[in-house]
This record gives sequence, C-alpha cells and structure tokens, in this order.
Amino acid sequence: MNEAEAKTLVLDVLSSIAPEADLAGLRGKVALRDELDLDSMDFLNFITFLHQRTGINIPEADYPKLSTLDSAVAYLHR
Amino acid sequence: MTEFRMPSLGADMEAGTLVEWLVKPGDRVKRGSVVAVVETQKGAIEIEIFNDGLVSEIVVPVGGRVPVGTVLARLDGPAITPAQAAPPSLPPPLPAAAPPPAPPPSVPIVPIATAAPSRQPASPAARRLAGERGIDIQRLRGTGAGGAVTVADVEAAAPTVPGGETGRRRAGFDPAAMRQAIAAAMSRSKREIPHYYLSQTVEISGALARLERVNRERLPPDRILPAAFFLRAIALAMAKTPELNGFWEEGRFRPGDSVHIGWAIALRGGGLVAPAIRDADHRSLDELMASMRDLVLRARSAGLRSSELSDPTVTVTSLGDRGAETVLPIIYPPQVAMIGIGRIVTRPWVVNGAIEPRPVVTITLAGDHRASDGHRGGVLLAEIDRLLQEAETL
Amino acid sequence: MSAATGTPAPRRMTYREACKQAIRAAILADPRVFLMGEDVARYGGCYAVTKGLAAELGEARIRDTPLSENGYVGAGIGAAIAGMRPIVEIMTVNFSLLALDQIVNSAATIPHMSGGQFAVPLVIRMATGAGLQLAAQHSHSLEGWYAHVPGLKILAPATVEDARHMLQPALDDPNPVLIFEHVMLYNREDELEPSITGVDIVSAKIRRPGRDITLVTHGGMLFKTLEAAAVLHEEGIEAEVIDLRVLRPLDMATILGSVARTRRVVIVDEGWKSGSLSAEVAARIADEAFYELDAPIRRVCSREVPIPYSAHLEKAALPQTPAIVAMARGLVKGG
Repeated sequence: MNEAEAKTLVLDVLSSIAPEADLAGLRGKVALRDELDLDSMDFLNFITFLHQRTGINIPEADYPKLSTLDSAVAYLHR
Repeated sequence: MTEFRMPSLGADMEAGTLVEWLVKPGDRVKRGSVVAVVETQKGAIEIEIFNDGLVSEIVVPVGGRVPVGTVLARLDGPAITPAQAAPPSLPPPLPAAAPPPAPPPSVPIVPIATAAPSRQPASPAARRLAGERGIDIQRLRGTGAGGAVTVADVEAAAPTVPGGETGRRRAGFDPAAMRQAIAAAMSRSKREIPHYYLSQTVEISGALARLERVNRERLPPDRILPAAFFLRAIALAMAKTPELNGFWEEGRFRPGDSVHIGWAIALRGGGLVAPAIRDADHRSLDELMASMRDLVLRARSAGLRSSELSDPTVTVTSLGDRGAETVLPIIYPPQVAMIGIGRIVTRPWVVNGAIEPRPVVTITLAGDHRASDGHRGGVLLAEIDRLLQEAETL
Repeated sequence: MSAATGTPAPRRMTYREACKQAIRAAILADPRVFLMGEDVARYGGCYAVTKGLAAELGEARIRDTPLSENGYVGAGIGAAIAGMRPIVEIMTVNFSLLALDQIVNSAATIPHMSGGQFAVPLVIRMATGAGLQLAAQHSHSLEGWYAHVPGLKILAPATVEDARHMLQPALDDPNPVLIFEHVMLYNREDELEPSITGVDIVSAKIRRPGRDITLVTHGGMLFKTLEAAAVLHEEGIEAEVIDLRVLRPLDMATILGSVARTRRVVIVDEGWKSGSLSAEVAARIADEAFYELDAPIRRVCSREVPIPYSAHLEKAALPQTPAIVAMARGLVKGG
C-alpha cells in the first residue's frame, strides 16, 4: 500500500465511524480522538475496520501509533 | 384474529408515525419478524411482531401518526407450521385414469415471482434494496453486467411507495424531537423520583491485567473493552438485587422478568438512546462485548429494533476513557435504578499498609427511594466490587 | 511502518533468498528441523533454494534423497511422528502426485485415526505453476486439489515477506502443512521489513484496498492481479485485491467482508475452472453473501488444456492481466 492509498483507507474508515465529520479539514498531527470525539468503542471500531481492510493485526500496544491521521497513515504504509 | 398495535418504545413515547410497511395483506409473518418501520423521537425504529399468522388487514396506512396502543394491522389464525402451509391437500394416490381437472380454487392464486419470460434481470443486492424501498424493479433499466439492474440503478430510481420521500429513512431522526423526548423523560424523573446516590471506588488492576492478556492474543474484531467487565459484574450483581431491577408503576414496584440492561449510547451529533441487552446476566464477557458493539453501530445508524427499546429493567452509562471521573445519573422512568461508570484513573491506593498507584474506577448508583433503600443499593455496589476483584473468573 | 530512527533499513531480496533464509533460520533455531528432497544438498535444489546450505549446515540437516517421492515423503511422516520437524522438498507439485498416498492417506489421516495420539508436524514445500516453458508435466497448478483434503493445511506465499515468515508457523503447527511456491515468484525481488518478524498462517490479506470490485487470488497470480488493479485505477475503477495466502482453511470472513463492501467479485486462479479452488470460493460467496452481490461472480482461470510448451500457447493458456481487467471492467461498467 502506498502512502496515498493508506490515507484514502484511513479517511474512508473514519468517515464510516464519524459520518458527520468534515474530514477534508482534518489536521494531520492532532489527536483523532479529540478532533473527531471518538470514544473507546469508536476507536476500537477504527482499529477493527483497518484490520479488516488490510489484514494487519494491530496489537493494543501499537494503538498510540495510530493516534493521529499522519501517524496512522505511516503505520499502515510500510 | 390477533391485533398488532403501535408498541411503546419507552415510557416517554406517546405516539409514532408509520413510515413503512414491510408486509402486505396475505403475507405470512413469524414471531420476531420486522413488519414495519415507525418514526419516533428516537429515530426510525424497526418494529417486530410477536405472533405468527397471516396479515389480513393493514389498518394504519403509511404516513399515519397514531397513539401508542392503536391497532396497526390485523392477523388471521394461530401459528401456521410449514407443513400446514403446503398446498391445500395432497392428491390421493393416482387412480388408473387421470382424475378430472380440479375446479378452480375460490381464492385467486397470486403468481409467485419466479422466471417470467421477459423479466428484467437484477442483482440480488438490487432486489433487496428495491424491496426495502418499495420500488418495482421491472420498471427500471439495468446498467449492470448483462443489462441487470444494479444497486446504483435502484438508488437512482424514484421511490414508488405512496407518500414516501426516499423510502425508509434509516438514518433520519429529528435531533430537536429527540431533545424534547430527553427533556420530558428527565423532567419527569427529577419531578417524581426521589433519588438517592451511592458511590464506590473500585480497584481494577486484576480486571485490566486479564483484559490486556486476553486482547494480546486476539485480533481487533474480538478484543474487549473494560466496559464489558463492568457490565458483566453489574448484570450478575443486579440478578442478586431484584429490588433495584424493575419498574415503579401505578404506585408500586414491579420487578423485571430478567436483567435487561439499557446501555446508554451517546449519538454522534447529540442525543442519547439506551437499547436493551436482554438477559445480560446470562451472557458471557464476549457476548456482552459483542452486544455492545452491535448496539453502538446500529444505534448510530438508527437501525435499532423495537424489542431493544421497550423493556430495559435498569440503565447503565459508562463515560469511557475521555469522560469525567464520576457521574451522578438520572433514573430513566419507570425504571428504579441507574448505574454510572466513571473514567478509569490511576490513584494512590493503600495495599497492605503501603501506598501504591493503582487503576480505579468510581461506580455510582442512583436509586429510586420509593422502591428501595440505601442499604440494598450499598449491597449491590459491594457485590459489583467483589465480582470485579475476581476478574479472572468473571 | 515508517522506519523510526535506529531501526535497521529494509533489506531487498528475492523470493528465492527469502525461502532459503527461512529454512536456514528454522534449522539453526531447532535441532529437530532438517530438510530433505531430491537434489537439495549437493546440487542446491532444482530451483536453487537450498544452494550452499548443505556446506554450511551439513548433510545431516540438508539431505539428498533417492528419486522416490512416495518413499521420502513417507520417511518425513515417520520422522515427524517420532518427534522431528522435517521439511520435505518436492521438486514440483506434478511429482508430488507420486506421493499422494503418503500425503492424503497417511499424513492427513494419522492424527485423526490415532485419536489424536500422533501429531504429524511435517512441512512439505513444492514448486507450482507455469510460465517457464516446462510443458505439461512440469507446469500444473494443483494446490487446489490438496486444498480439498481435511487434515492438511495449505499455504501459498506470494510475497517475499510470506516466503520468509510462513515456514516457522508451518513447522510449529501440529498438522501436516503444504507450502506452494510459484515458479515465477523465485526471481521476484522486494524489500523485507526487518521489524516484521512473523506472519500468521490463518488470514487472507487485502493487498490493495478498493471500493468497486474484489479480486480474489493467490500465489503467482497476485502480481498480475495487482497489475490489473493498477490499470483499472487509471479507468476510475477501484479494485480491492485479496491474497488468500492460506488455501485451506479459507479465511472466508475477509472475503465476505470485502464482497459486502464492493458487491462484485472476480476470482483469479492459475488452476483450471472445473472442480477447483476458484469454484469453491465462488460457491461459498454465493452461499453466504448472495444478497450482497450486485453482479455475477466471475472467474479468470487457465484454459482447460494441459499447459502447452510453446511460449505463445503457454501464454495464451494462462490468465493474463488484460483478461482480468476486461472481466472486472465488464462487471463494474456493465454491458
């Protein structure tokens, strides 16, 4: 997956969790959970959908690496 | 003959608007089938039926707004088993000569939708969507492989349901109406219910250790959240404290038939619903987690069912890891208790005479003092605490 | 993952080298592991996977066998039951048919027939597939046959990462595991991320996400399918590419999840259509996701002929990128 594809995937998953959010204006370095008001269930769904779309097993210990848009894209884009 | 009535989806519901019928006269329905969609202050809810039978009459048309209890449709006959539903009667063993042709049946035979010669091909997904929206697929021009009607073709088509705007408004609910409903229920609660509040701070390092160990070996779809532990402990403790599990109705307490926990879900963009996790005390940790996930996803896409909204015996709210430390909940009438779970925080804790940092959570009970006294509430919280200390066996 | 400071840079290597490193690491890590097969030691393997390993690890760990597939696969089963962790290399799947009795009647059934008393932790590696003009007796893709048999686990590593990391979990598995290495992949190069030290042998992987159509494939067909997805992207069609990785048991959850999103599916398989793995995947999708489908399930497979020797006929007999593109386009754009 290249960087652009990873970004598309992350935004697509976020739009299914926070359909009302304006993702076009989402800043890359701010915490997603604060910016999009994601509770722990939303965040688990975010991880789950990313896992289902990529097959990557994202362990709990790696959750902090997916806390912002930029870091989540970097995590998926290996 | 049975009557299918507008159900009450909570004490605060007075009326509902029929948005869509999913059955028509002549259709056979089974207990638990979703037969209609009703718009309430909680959004569009799929209504299930509680009898088997044959729909004989639709009484309230689409668009009708009627009070709770109004007859919506009538059903014929007792439960019909598949064997009885087979063709009227099997012919007797064939005589040597062909029998005379049977007289035409008095009931007109409705042609079933199988291969008609010139039928418009359509994909399975398109057929399902067209059925949901009441669109006649034969009218559409297909743009898919082999000229088949696709989901996109159905989406582009105008709905054919009378009075329908865009078919079923699955995601459509009116935030202002929901605000009004919450306002009414909460005002009634604070006006009528003499609340007492108790709280207990519970040390949960054992539960979190088990959680971390379990989740490490699981893929994301199967992971669990701390809330599942709390819910399991609360469900088991509620089953032991029946005075707090039920309803205050007509001046007296009516115990719930089982522990149905209303799980409070904040809707994105405002508002709140508390669909029921039925028989929560009989569900395992994984089953509770699966129920919570399912309800959250469906609540936020307004796909809840009537049976989930009508009968929680107690409500639980969990503030999650971005919430406040303590919550003092307001009971949802006619229930008699509500339990709040605060944010997990690390606090100094005395262990064997020494102070250690430990993860703790504050669990709060709001009780209806008409139905129970503070002592019973204290017993409930102590039991929740005890169960959470035995997280390995929870 | 982007390399954090201080972590080693990705290493570029061939699929062949990744297979070799996997074998070498497994043998060094566990005294019970050894590899045997025809021409694996002195000659270095018919596809040169084990070249140099006998000199480094000794002929006790890299063992040449007689030309007798049924014999040495049977020896591998016995060694596995007796507590060793053998890796048996068979030159190609075509020759594995000589060992069918040992694989299907013995390896797959002994754990069952012994009531669980005997595990058979055996790994059999073999090359599969066409493309090197080796003609009809050396070119067939028969991994789908083995995926028919309960008791076997069937892996098809397509990427360098899977070639490097699937062997260890296969050895750790108490059941016989067959690993199919497509002949056209051995020279393919890719970067191996050093921070990834293991993979599962359970799940299918989405190698490219997309919303319009799902392309299900495995092994040697993965890269033609990814190429097709890139062409489709130019036409505005976003294809999701699933690499099955594990052919038995199938990870249906990943396939069904994808089909539920895209509503269309093409299965790309170098095996023939009749009675095949692609037929099985199609049947299960029709069974379990029928109401999600917005188009017929289609397949791109090899022509139903013995794979020809002549280069242009061989090419014509195998699934090629333009055929995948055309099939997918037809399902998305209609006509």
